[in-house]
Amino acid sequence: MAFASKSPWVIHYDGSSCNGCDIEVLATLCPGYDAERFGVINTGNPKHADIFLVTGSVNEQNIKVIQEIYNQMLEPKVVVACGICACTGGIFHDCYNVIGGVDKAIPVDVYAPGCAVRPETLIDAVVAGIAALDEKSKTMKNTKKRGEE
Amino acid sequence: MLVNILIGTVAFALLAPIVGCLLAGLDRKLSARMQGRVGPPILQPYYDVRKLLGKENAHVANTEGVYIVCALVMAIFAGGIFFGGGNLLMSAFVITLSALFFIVAAYCTRSPYAELGAHRETLQVMAYEPMVLLFAVAFYMAAGSFNAGAVFGLEVPAIAKIWLAFIGLLFILTIKLRKSPFDLSMSHHAHQELVRGVTTEMSGPTLAKVEIMHWYENVLFMGWVGLFFVWGNPISLVLAVVVCLAVYFLEIFIDNNFARVKWQSMLKWSWVVALICGGINIFALALL
Repeated sequence: MAFASKSPWVIHYDGSSCNGCDIEVLATLCPGYDAERFGVINTGNPKHADIFLVTGSVNEQNIKVIQEIYNQMLEPKVVVACGICACTGGIFHDCYNVIGGVDKAIPVDVYAPGCAVRPETLIDAVVAGIAALDEKSKTMKNTKKRGEE
Repeated sequence: MLVNILIGTVAFALLAPIVGCLLAGLDRKLSARMQGRVGPPILQPYYDVRKLLGKENAHVANTEGVYIVCALVMAIFAGGIFFGGGNLLMSAFVITLSALFFIVAAYCTRSPYAELGAHRETLQVMAYEPMVLLFAVAFYMAAGSFNAGAVFGLEVPAIAKIWLAFIGLLFILTIKLRKSPFDLSMSHHAHQELVRGVTTEMSGPTLAKVEIMHWYENVLFMGWVGLFFVWGNPISLVLAVVVCLAVYFLEIFIDNNFARVKWQSMLKWSWVVALICGGINIFALALL
């Protein structure tokens, strides 16, 4: 049994979003939806997190921050791009300072579109992220075993 | 005596994580219910630890992992000494040594958040230690021995003579369990001004060991609570377990209903309580 999927701890970072998706992400994590039923904890610490929720597009100033958070997270880890700006750059795609979606900075596993992204979409995306997390932890276990032999 | 302690240590090392894990799961479930939520499964702390053990092994400082293992081993010894019927004072000192290793592990990472958490953890040790020592002395005066096993020779439980010290111990128990309002060094709940305080830089398998250490600690502290209610009659053990569960419920209730205080108030009040509860109790027993 993979335990990675039983306790997905999330970290949330807001890129250059309009704060719409940001509010939706926090609303999804609030007691009303009770994400802790599935073991989800909002950590605020990249070293403890398994799932990285990014809202908003990547720009010249925050690309380093996003990469830093991603690098501080330990394998297995999964990135969820929350909202259309995080997926492709969205309405800000042709701004002079915007580079594009989150996948321009770090590898993205799940794309959750929407403007703003709805809590239902986010829950679906996190569930898809958990499946990806499971897959990665299995691969990690297998390579570890092979490495020991 | 030594054989008892050895058996106690082995039994504690094997059984305490099971009890501790269930207690932690119950804690999260009850907290969720108190907040009007469904809450995670009872085994959630076990899932968390298994997940953490499976994660990549990385350290900010090389020595961090060694200190955490030392803290874990000392916590097991402290429990072994206590549940093996050994010296209560020794058990209290060894668990403090475990706390010190935990603090050093946080300091050695040189992270500002972890260091601030370690400062506060040190203050917490300063806050609860006087009462722990007074509790051991009060127990000695009630039972005639520092040995935890001496309770089985008593005709009336120790609570009859040292109920004031029991109230003092309850007060500092909130600090020892790192519950709100005294969860200054690290909060079990998400987001805090210190990120995760002492454990900010601890990750993966190291964090798993910290969680397991907390399970051991919690069982040991509940043992201290139960000690007050045990006497020659074997049925008293059942009473002790019931009291422990009631006290743990009270701690969860306090955790969910109080906001964090400043370290100044924590230090002041814990020393005032130690002096009044522990001091008066010992003074009264000395006069009688």
